Amino acid sequence: MKVIRIDRGEGKFREGLKLLQNSYVAFGPLKEDREVYNFKILGDKTPDLNIQNTYLSPKGIVFPQSEVMLKYTLDETKEDCNLMKEAEKDKKPKAVFGIRPCDAASFLIAKRNFDTADYKDPYWISSYEATTFAGLACNEPCSTCFCKSAGYGPFNEEGLDLLFVDFNSYFLIKVLTPKGEELMKKANWQNVVDSDKALADILSKKTSCEDKFTTSIATSNLKSKTILELYNAPFWEEESFACLNCGTCTFVCPTCWCFDIQDENCGCDGVRMKNWDSCMFPLFTLHGTGHNPRGNKQQRVRQRFMHKLKYYLDKYDKGIQCVGCGRCVRLCPVNIDIRRISEKMNGYKACN
Amino acid sequence: MLEYTKKIREIAERLLKEGKVDMVIGFRKGTLPMINEPHFVKRAEDVNELYWDTFCAVNLANYLTDRKERIAIVAKGCDSRNIVNHIIENKVKKDKIVVIGVPCKGMLGRRKIALAAGGSEILEVIDGAKVTIKSKAGVKEVDRKDVTQDNCIICTHRNPVIYDELVAEKVEEQKNVDRYEDVKKIEAMSVQEKNEYFDTLLSTCIRCYACRNACPLCYCPTCFVDESKPQWVGKSIEETDIKTFHFLRAYHCAGRCTDCGSCERVCPMNIKMRVLTKKLEKDCFDQFGWEAGLSLTERPPLDTYKPNDPQDFIK
Ligand code: SF4
Ligand code: SF4
Ligand code: SF4
Ligand code: SF4
Repeated sequence: MKVIRIDRGEGKFREGLKLLQNSYVAFGPLKEDREVYNFKILGDKTPDLNIQNTYLSPKGIVFPQSEVMLKYTLDETKEDCNLMKEAEKDKKPKAVFGIRPCDAASFLIAKRNFDTADYKDPYWISSYEATTFAGLACNEPCSTCFCKSAGYGPFNEEGLDLLFVDFNSYFLIKVLTPKGEELMKKANWQNVVDSDKALADILSKKTSCEDKFTTSIATSNLKSKTILELYNAPFWEEESFACLNCGTCTFVCPTCWCFDIQDENCGCDGVRMKNWDSCMFPLFTLHGTGHNPRGNKQQRVRQRFMHKLKYYLDKYDKGIQCVGCGRCVRLCPVNIDIRRISEKMNGYKACN
Repeated sequence: MLEYTKKIREIAERLLKEGKVDMVIGFRKGTLPMINEPHFVKRAEDVNELYWDTFCAVNLANYLTDRKERIAIVAKGCDSRNIVNHIIENKVKKDKIVVIGVPCKGMLGRRKIALAAGGSEILEVIDGAKVTIKSKAGVKEVDRKDVTQDNCIICTHRNPVIYDELVAEKVEEQKNVDRYEDVKKIEAMSVQEKNEYFDTLLSTCIRCYACRNACPLCYCPTCFVDESKPQWVGKSIEETDIKTFHFLRAYHCAGRCTDCGSCERVCPMNIKMRVLTKKLEKDCFDQFGWEAGLSLTERPPLDTYKPNDPQDFIK
């Protein structure tokens, strides 16, 4: 494997970032107002690589909160009246810097939904394919990070094209894919180092971080439970009581993929767009008849956790639909904690 | 705070044992520092799940809405005012509610603490005359007022306005507080400045509606932003739609908002939307001498008419 070194002091990093912008739209974690950190277009700013993780996950780079798909006019004097036309889309390659390994892995989970043999979401797929993921390994987990027990880890490479490892005064970068290779060329980061030594250094960083994890998610028994056993478990009333159904957990989650389609008109011009939706919202399952099969919050909370921790697991046999980034744990305003719920589900035995 | 917890448990146990209530709504200790989870207990043997500290900030009155059981509820000053609102708006029946009053010295703001710790991860916070913050970067002491939640700094009703039980002696109310310093600053701005101010204020809103859902006042069966027949507001993150939501929601809270701060507290994006409700609170105060949630007998100014209501707007 090729490993490249960038010394941070020499301005090489910044220069490369600048060079890149000729070929990519570069994103990275930046501070917004009010102490909120999110992935933003970098422009001439340097990504803030010291923050542990952003508030919103980077899923929005590939799957924006609001995205116009089609355009139309309602003007009957126009020939193309009522015809749906593809909206222009910026197809420029994108590069994401400082994406954490948990978040990178989340794209592979989302891919199972957006890119299947039978159904392909062209908006998601084209954005995803145009994106190069330059990840940043975690040297220190937060107390709410549980990527390791979710099946990934702080140096996980799945979903990444490059893995940057921070050694304070320099980065060692593992080049994982041809896309990653290409990016390194464009940035003129070409200082290849002896890979045996470098890989050994990286491994020791990895082990040291893994030893620092203080929390985990319990999932070992989930597979063997039956759906109905968990669905009918009595703990949902208590565990869902505090929930505000605000959807924060689903909006900040890298692996939540639900969206709604809306038409919006302004005068005669209209667009058909995708907007993030959330199983926590009452409207999510509201039928045209007025009936709502998930009409109360207990049903909605159960849906969120059953989907992540049971339905997904059963359907794909690829672990849970959670990469352990801890965002929902940190940002739920009333402390609904997926670790607590998973423990309840994992430990639950229905009495016969 | 241990004292408060002990007392809450004692009262809850007694009420449940005596069969006075079907459930007690309070908080249980959070799984992280600086947050606790709204929680209920239905059996006397579970009362030790109840917990209290200065991070019990979300307004529990929100959890009472439309419940039919006989409920004991732990309530700070602001929560109790929202319970009063609920009673006069027929969202709960007074005779079904037992208020366990908590005299409050102000809740601590978790974001202020995080900021005081320089963004380093918080491990533990100990409240006291000084607040001790233990973070990964070390231990730090700060003045309590520097990390008190914004709305609590200017709160003038720290003691519950209605209660059946009290967990401690009443605390002294704050006097000579200027509640509207921030609103006055905005009022003094030019139209353009105001526009810019609101643009920035709401620029990171993701429309999760946590602010609305945490608010005890926002109990409409279908919120105007969720209506689809007809649809009043677009669903994207278009700034006009975001502003429509915030401005209209604030109007719906006029004369009802108690400035409990739940909306701000729960916002995942740190948006300070209380200025909107405060402006309307100020108007209600200036024009009708009205403060929400203080009286079980008087009707709020916006759902009644009095001959001496100000009428200067009729030209
Ligand atoms: S679990 Fe928390 S973040 Fe998610 S909808 Fe409920 S209150 Fe909001
Ligand atoms: S469920 Fe929570 S911890 Fe898991 S990936 Fe989503 S936000 Fe992160
Ligand atoms: S809680 Fe914050 S982000 Fe969510 S809708 Fe309200 S202001 Fe917007
Ligand atoms: S608008 Fe905000 S401050 Fe006012 S009652 Fe509702 S949650 Fe409390």
